[in-house]
Amino acid sequence: MNQLWKMDPNIKKTKNSADSANYPEAIQSPSQFPDEVLEKVLSMLHSHKDRSSVSLVCKDWYNAERWSRTKIFIGNCYSVSPEIVARRFPRIKSVTLKGKPRFSDFNLVPQNWGANIHDWLVMFAKVYPLLEELRLKRMTVSDESLEFLAMSFPGFKALSLLSCDGFSTDGLKSIATHCKKLTELDIQENGIDDVSGSWLSAFPDNFTSLEILNFASLNSEVSFDALERLVSRCKSLKVLKVNKGIGLDQLQRLLVRAPQLMELGTGSFQQELMFRHCMELENAFRNCKNLQILAGLWDASYVYLHVLYPACSSLTFLNLSYATLRSDEFTKLIAHCPNLRCLWVLDTVEDKGLEAVGSCCPLLEEIRVFPAHPFDQDINHGVTESGFLAVSHGCRKLHYVLYFCQQMTNAAVATIVQNCPDFTHFRLCIMNPGQPDYLTDEPMDEAFGAVVKTCTKLQRLAVSGLLTDLTFEYIGKYAKNLETLSVAFAGRSDWGMQCVLGGCPKLRKLEIRDCPFGNAALLSGLKKYESMRSLWMSACNVTMNGCRLLAKEMPRLNVEVMKDEEDDSHVDKVYVYRSVAGPRRDAPPFVLTL
Amino acid sequence: MGKAANYENELATELRLGLLGTDHHEPEKQSFPLSLVIKSNKRSSSEMDYNSSDKCEQDSAPPPKAQVVGWPPVRSYWRNALQQQKKTESDVSGMYVKVSMDGAPYLRKIDLRVYNNYPELLKALEAMFKCTIGVYSEREGYSGSDNAPTYEDKDGDWMLVGDVPWNMFVTSCRRLRIMKESEAKGLGCL
Repeated sequence: MNQLWKMDPNIKKTKNSADSANYPEAIQSPSQFPDEVLEKVLSMLHSHKDRSSVSLVCKDWYNAERWSRTKIFIGNCYSVSPEIVARRFPRIKSVTLKGKPRFSDFNLVPQNWGANIHDWLVMFAKVYPLLEELRLKRMTVSDESLEFLAMSFPGFKALSLLSCDGFSTDGLKSIATHCKKLTELDIQENGIDDVSGSWLSAFPDNFTSLEILNFASLNSEVSFDALERLVSRCKSLKVLKVNKGIGLDQLQRLLVRAPQLMELGTGSFQQELMFRHCMELENAFRNCKNLQILAGLWDASYVYLHVLYPACSSLTFLNLSYATLRSDEFTKLIAHCPNLRCLWVLDTVEDKGLEAVGSCCPLLEEIRVFPAHPFDQDINHGVTESGFLAVSHGCRKLHYVLYFCQQMTNAAVATIVQNCPDFTHFRLCIMNPGQPDYLTDEPMDEAFGAVVKTCTKLQRLAVSGLLTDLTFEYIGKYAKNLETLSVAFAGRSDWGMQCVLGGCPKLRKLEIRDCPFGNAALLSGLKKYESMRSLWMSACNVTMNGCRLLAKEMPRLNVEVMKDEEDDSHVDKVYVYRSVAGPRRDAPPFVLTL
Repeated sequence: MGKAANYENELATELRLGLLGTDHHEPEKQSFPLSLVIKSNKRSSSEMDYNSSDKCEQDSAPPPKAQVVGWPPVRSYWRNALQQQKKTESDVSGMYVKVSMDGAPYLRKIDLRVYNNYPELLKALEAMFKCTIGVYSEREGYSGSDNAPTYEDKDGDWMLVGDVPWNMFVTSCRRLRIMKESEAKGLGCL
């Protein structure tokens, strides 16, 4: 949907108008295909980017595309309004909406900022009564909205809420009660008011359509009896991710009822089990022949990990981000997983554990290493450059990394990208802000220089450590495919940010915090921001005047400022994004739209 | 681009809070916007204090490093979930079980997690008690020495070490006892 913003609702749709200003090829003769045929062909297009391109060819194609589109993706809910969407697309069945800026995940956006789903739902109920899917990320959703959703769309099938807030388990109860055709309920990492687990019992006894159920991040206990019966009668269940309240013996009973599972999130993996039950659990895993994805494993007790071994050889994605395993424990487990494509792990496994990954998982494409003690910087734990090196050496297909570490060197990163030149996502977080190469004491400029020079397919980059403007010179010059850039505690002057805005032709999202970039840098991107989704700058050197100038020069951008309490002119946070909907009407008092 | 130049002039003469921009040609020591330093003193900010429970302990401890809001960038949900995990003693400090040997004046304790299989365990027991443990066979139990290793399982029964797979043993063993062979024979025979 990256071209949606260009759609000015005032374009007159007259037939055969030679308005080549709006459409590159003014087609004078009628379309060569009947509309129905064109629509049928276009209905096979699924990629948003393809559809956007199609819609720009000519008026006929624009219309055929909009009539045949059933899935809509809106990366910034404020870039467009419900009315505009409803007017353009008459036949939507699936909606994906993203709300707050990503830094809200890290408490940088105050409460009640906005991104409320309700007005959207009201419009959808009017225009899309056949709506089937709703996927929300960083939106505010109330229980009333959930109830409204459940009652308004009789064919509703899939609800996915990721990093949302504002609702409670009562809202989930409405969904379970009223959505008779539900196939997917995926609730992940939300700021939710966990009142009780009774919502699960609200699924009617004759309800059997569920295929995906993820309530791993809910705390309150559900009725196991209700869950077991639900799993028994939903024969198409493919994904089941339970919460901590479900123990090992209960897990065994669920697996026996659903051996067809492809994705499993276990509950708590620590319980006093008689060895007879241990063997039964191991057999249950052995019978899950389709298991590809495994997660959960809270409080994973090493003692019980062996029950997983029979299922490990078919695993493609193993998520251990909640399991504090030591390196020796982890090494034994990973040896059973030769087909892994994706691994998420805690840094408790240390470099030794990562060496084992390099040896055992040659097909690995993605690795994420999270810090078990992110705020305990005095503790000498976690992973270093040698773990990352070991993985890059053994896993040559690696293209996605998220790596939290205590130390790094330029040389190591240069070697890593030599080993794995196909990185598309390179997110390195050296946890101590502004830390140099620990061996040479130099800035980490050459590390990221090596990344952008070698990895020509790079789409997403997050930088850290001691960085001068040179890093940004490199990024601007070499990162031709870069779409998302995250910067923190880096740079020396405006020049750094200017380099990025002057280069990086495909840049869509730029998020910056605690950097010495000021108004000159902000304003150097005047022309660029309309081709981007958004810019976030917090704790930089931007002032109100700079932001006002930007807003004045670029009326199709929303420039939203959150001010510093102490100083009227200094801007604490500014969020800039393109929009066809104009300034938003629901901004809270602490957000000023200029 | 005359307009832009005018704006830049305007902004250059403006008073503002923040570090003076450094010339990008001069390699200077990195210094951060004031926000990092300021925030470390803003103890009243609710966003600041991740370790609120540690607040009192910090009075006598050396001053902690400046805690920055939202850094490192880990999702608050995930961080809370991880902190909530309680590990039982057996997981944090190992799986310690008591070991007694008939005739020895005091008991010992060993961590079962350290060993990968029966031979390793038996070797360690031999070294600890300065004894020899015989060779295991399914039919005969332990032969070739005076001693036989036994264990109490979760049901409270005394079992001969070695009959069940290693992993099963580790999860069900409550305590170990090295018996004199004459007594142990009673356990081994059908």
